[in-house]
Parts: sequence; C-alpha cells; structure tokens
Amino acid sequence: MAKTMTQKAAPGLGLDADLARKLLRDMILIRRFEEKAAEAYALGKIGGFLHLSIGEEAVAAGATSALRPDDYAISTYREHGHCLVKGSDPRRVMAELFGRIDGLSKGKGGSMHLFDKEHNFLGGHAIVGAHLPLAAGVGFAIKYRGGDQVIVCYFGDGAVPEGEFHEALNLASLWKLPVVWICENNRYAMGTSLERALAQTEIYKFGQTYGIPCEPVDGMDVLVVRDAVARAVDRARHDKTPTLLEARTYRFRGHSMRDPAGAVYRTKEEVEREKLRDPILLFRDRALKAGVLSEDDAKKIEKDVNDLVDEAVAFAEASPEPEPSELFTDIFKEPA
Amino acid sequence: MAVMTYREALNLALREEMRRDPDVFVIGEEVGLYEGAYKVTQGLLKEFGPKRIVDTPIAESGFTGVGIGAAMVGLRPVVEMMTFNFALLALDQIVNSAAKLNYMSGGQYNVPIVIRGPGGPAHQLAAQHSQSMEVYFYHVPGLKVVRPSTPMDAKGLLKSAIRDDNPVIFIESETLYNVKGEVSEDPDFLVPLGQAAVRREGTDVTVIAYMGMMYRAMEAAEELAKDGISVEIVDPRTLQPLDTETIIRSVRKTHRAVVVEAGAGFAGMGSEIATEITEEAFDDLDAPVARVTGAQAPMPYARSLERLKTPTKEKIADAIRQVCYANGSR
Repeated sequence: MAKTMTQKAAPGLGLDADLARKLLRDMILIRRFEEKAAEAYALGKIGGFLHLSIGEEAVAAGATSALRPDDYAISTYREHGHCLVKGSDPRRVMAELFGRIDGLSKGKGGSMHLFDKEHNFLGGHAIVGAHLPLAAGVGFAIKYRGGDQVIVCYFGDGAVPEGEFHEALNLASLWKLPVVWICENNRYAMGTSLERALAQTEIYKFGQTYGIPCEPVDGMDVLVVRDAVARAVDRARHDKTPTLLEARTYRFRGHSMRDPAGAVYRTKEEVEREKLRDPILLFRDRALKAGVLSEDDAKKIEKDVNDLVDEAVAFAEASPEPEPSELFTDIFKEPA
Repeated sequence: MAVMTYREALNLALREEMRRDPDVFVIGEEVGLYEGAYKVTQGLLKEFGPKRIVDTPIAESGFTGVGIGAAMVGLRPVVEMMTFNFALLALDQIVNSAAKLNYMSGGQYNVPIVIRGPGGPAHQLAAQHSQSMEVYFYHVPGLKVVRPSTPMDAKGLLKSAIRDDNPVIFIESETLYNVKGEVSEDPDFLVPLGQAAVRREGTDVTVIAYMGMMYRAMEAAEELAKDGISVEIVDPRTLQPLDTETIIRSVRKTHRAVVVEAGAGFAGMGSEIATEITEEAFDDLDAPVARVTGAQAPMPYARSLERLKTPTKEKIADAIRQVCYANGSR
C-alpha cells in the first residue's frame, strides 16, 4: 500500500481490490465522520468553528495513499480528513472535537488544531498561510538529517495571496526541500471567489515562478490525485524537488457551520451542479463498473464506516472533560 | 575566566552549543558569508559550514517558520533577527505557532527554538530600529523572554536558552556588544532562565533595571552613594518567567522601589513589576513604587530629541531621591 504508483489512472482503473477498498473507505470515513460532527455541532456538543471538507475527500484520500507512514502531513483548520486518513483513531479525533481528555490534544486544540505525533500529522493550523513555512522547516529538517521522508502540505486557495505562500515556496525551491505543496482549490476563500482574490487564478502556475514542477489536478478524482501526488512524492524523496499541485475541488457545505448554506456568494445551481461530481459516487461507480469492487463490498465498507463513526461519537461522549489542572499543563514542556 | 566582549561571549556560546549538539543550527539574514550584521556569528560558517549556518533571503516570517517547523521535528534552531524590530514580520509565527504548538497539541509538539538579535534604543537609529521589543513577547503564554545585560549572562543565558525545550526570545543590544567583562570558559557553565541577579547591594532603595538601563542605574547609584543613599540594583535577566521572589525579597529589605525601562512606559515591564511589588509587598513599602520609562513617543532621529526619549542617569537618580523623600534635603 505504501508503494508509489507512477502510471496514470487507466480507464480500467488499474488498481487492485485492496487499494480500491482503502480509497473508498477513506473517503466515506471522512464524509460520515464530518456528517456526524455536523450533527453533534447542531446539538451543541461541538463548539467554536467547525469547517467541513465534504466534497473534497478525494484530495486527502488520494494524496495520503501515495505516502509512507513515516512521511509527514501538515494542514489547515479544514483538516479532519487529512488527519483521519493519515491514520489517527477516529475516536480520539471525535473526542478532540468534543473537547474531551481522550482527544488527540486532550481537548486543548479542538477541530482546528488536530495533531497526532504517532502518525506524523503535524497539525491543524488556523492562521491562513502560516503553516507553509513550517512545512518548509520540516522539509529542511528531513534533509538536514539525511532522511528520505517527505512532507505533504495542504492549504486552500485562500492561502495563495498570503506572503507566506510565496516565502515558503521560494525557500523550498531555493533550498531543494522535500515538500509536496497541495493547494485544495475549492474556489472560495470563505466567501471570496478566486477571481476576486488573485491576479493569477491558475494557481499551479506559481510553481513555474518558483521553478518547481507544478500541475493542475482534478481534485474530484481520487486516482488522478493519487497519481499526481505519487509522482511528486517520488521527486521529493529521490532528489528533494518540491512540487506544487493545484487540486481543483469543491466544498459542498459552507465555509464553516456558521455558513451553512453558502448561497450568498455562490448560487444554489452551482452547488448542485458540482454535487454531480461527488468524488465518492464517481469512484464508487467506476470501481463497480470496472469490477474491482462489488455492490456487497461497497455496502460492507459503508456499514463498517458507519459503525466506526458511531463508535467514535460514543467514545467522545463517554470521555471526561479535562481536569481544571490541565489549564496550566503543556504551556511549556518541562525537563524530563 | 576570560575577559571578552558581550559579542564574543554570544559567539562562544553558539560555538560551544553547536559543538555539543549536532541538532543546533543558526539561520537568518547575513549570518554566514557576511558573518552577521553585528558580527555575532563571526567565524561560524568557517567552523560549521553552510548546512548549519544558513543564510536566508529577507523573509522573516518564512525563515522563522522554517525554524519552528524544524524544531517541531526535533532540531534546535537559533534564528537570528538582524534587529528585533524585524521580528514584527514574524510575529504571527512566534505568537501563533511557536508559543502555541505545545499547548494546542496537548504536549505532543514542543518547539525548542531560540530567536535572538539586538533590540532597544541604540544611537540615532530612529523610530523603526530602536524599539524595546520585549513587550510584544512577554505577554504571550508559551514564550520565555531573556534580556541579558552582561557578557557573562549573554553566554550563560544563551546556552540555557538553546538547551531549553521551549521557544525563547533572546533580545540583545547594539549598545552592549562591545561591553567587556569576565566570562566563564567552562562549556558546562550555564545561567538558568528565570533567575534575577543582584548587581549591587544596598539598603535604602531597590532599583530594578536591565540592559543599558541597568548600567545607567549603576552610575546613578554611585553618585547617590556620595549623598548617603544606599541603592540595591536587581537585574531580572529573564522577563518571562520573571523572578519576582528576588525582587520582592529586595524590596522587603529596602522598603522602596524604582523600576527602570527603556521602552515607553504604558503597559510596559515597569507596570508589571510595580504591580507585582504592590500586590506582594504593599505593607513593606515606605513610598509608592516609582517608574522611570522611555517617553510615550516614537524614537526620534535628532540627537537632541533622542536624549529626551530614553531615561538618563539623572532621571533615574531623581526618581530614587523621590522615593527616598530626599529631594534636595540630603
């Protein structure tokens, strides 16, 4: 599973049942997990901001399938999916969203700040653009120590006008750092469309500016994402060349739960049209038609995921709130 | 012991820590080939090579973030700010990333980073290059803030900062780089963070001051000794965590306190220390705590105006006399 796949996604899919099952399972896991999280939010069990990536699942699932477990990933505040498919226990992710002690960060981070050191998931960062230099720093450390890991850095189209996008891409290119930059271009930075934010809306072209391989990718096609990321990972791992991928995707929900309709800045017709390219349905249909998966396989995956997510919610509900003393722990790391 | 400048003491601290720990590296503008805008990193490129002495383009947020990212996965970067005023460009990285990651991750990702460089008033550098930057950092939970006044402290505190598992803001001063003093050459010599130093013992009044202001307070104390006023001077050395114990112990002895700081006074370090004293030792005080601070104005360029901006020896001496009720009477 950890091996990279360098061939283009073929019409016959060219993938085995195990991989197909994993990709479908990962995407459905993100979808169900976030649907449950939205329910819990509506019930007041999750507070603050909750940003869903429903519609964008193919990017996280496809990209992660091209990584080794010891590779790193770092992301934005819309990171439930990236974290889950990197290997985090859905129960602990849900407990974090609930603000409970068994959450990944003992309930101190919440939805926007998921971290999982065991799975090399470096966070959940909620200042737009700020984690791009951190990704370059992780790439710097990998190279400094002579390792062959890579780091995948997810960010939205909203980060592209930020200075840190440009500083980080420049440094990673200048110093040849093993970073795979994945822009999840869902066309809206909150409510501001690409056209209202960028003089150059073909985001992948900024890679040309910084002299690195770059390409636009259909972010609704999990196999296309996997293929492009696998090639980028290969370059990063073997000759430390960073790559900028622009995964063109779409979020079916609002910017956050406080923007449930998302209909002010985009039309309902547009949203409904994009839903026809639902990455889960697209892949499911193709896998069934190609005979890689059966209806029973798909149903079993859905049932298993539903059970897992239900279990995650039950686990989160049962987990205690942090003790008052936790307020003052972890501000500093104390000497061992 | 050897006599060396504050600059040389910092350089020695960097060398010793880089020799001791291969994970320590220096990154910043002009730190390598140019050997440092203020020559603190002189000779380091030659000894350690470009892998560990990393020249950057002018991209403070970018290279500070690189340091933080590298620290998340276990390296121990020393990030140089050519002057600390430029750290404002990296303020988000320092405040929202470095200071918060250990907490937000529930203790999974600590950030062992030192961000160092000169700050505070110098000589006619005008408004953008003369700010006392510590105020921007000591307010933030998750950051440690150091202001070393002597060559010995510069070395011992920088070594402690590098060995600390947390982000440390280490602000030096252009005006102190050439100050000479005794410095330990023992590679295991450390000055622990969070411990103040009593620079001068006295019985009548406690003056709390650091960096250039500490030296001016010492001069004022010498002068006042002639008038029979015995001044104790406490140098906090580390502002976060602040050694309030040493400050309070001194005030309980002298019953009077003057706090001096170079920066503008509003919500400054002096406000905090004066409050701590009032809360902890109010009954011990024989006079209200006095503050001597920089004027509430940007730093002007003109020499005549610049003199009015920053506390002078005379202003410090006046404040001391005032809390001793000795205005012209002793």
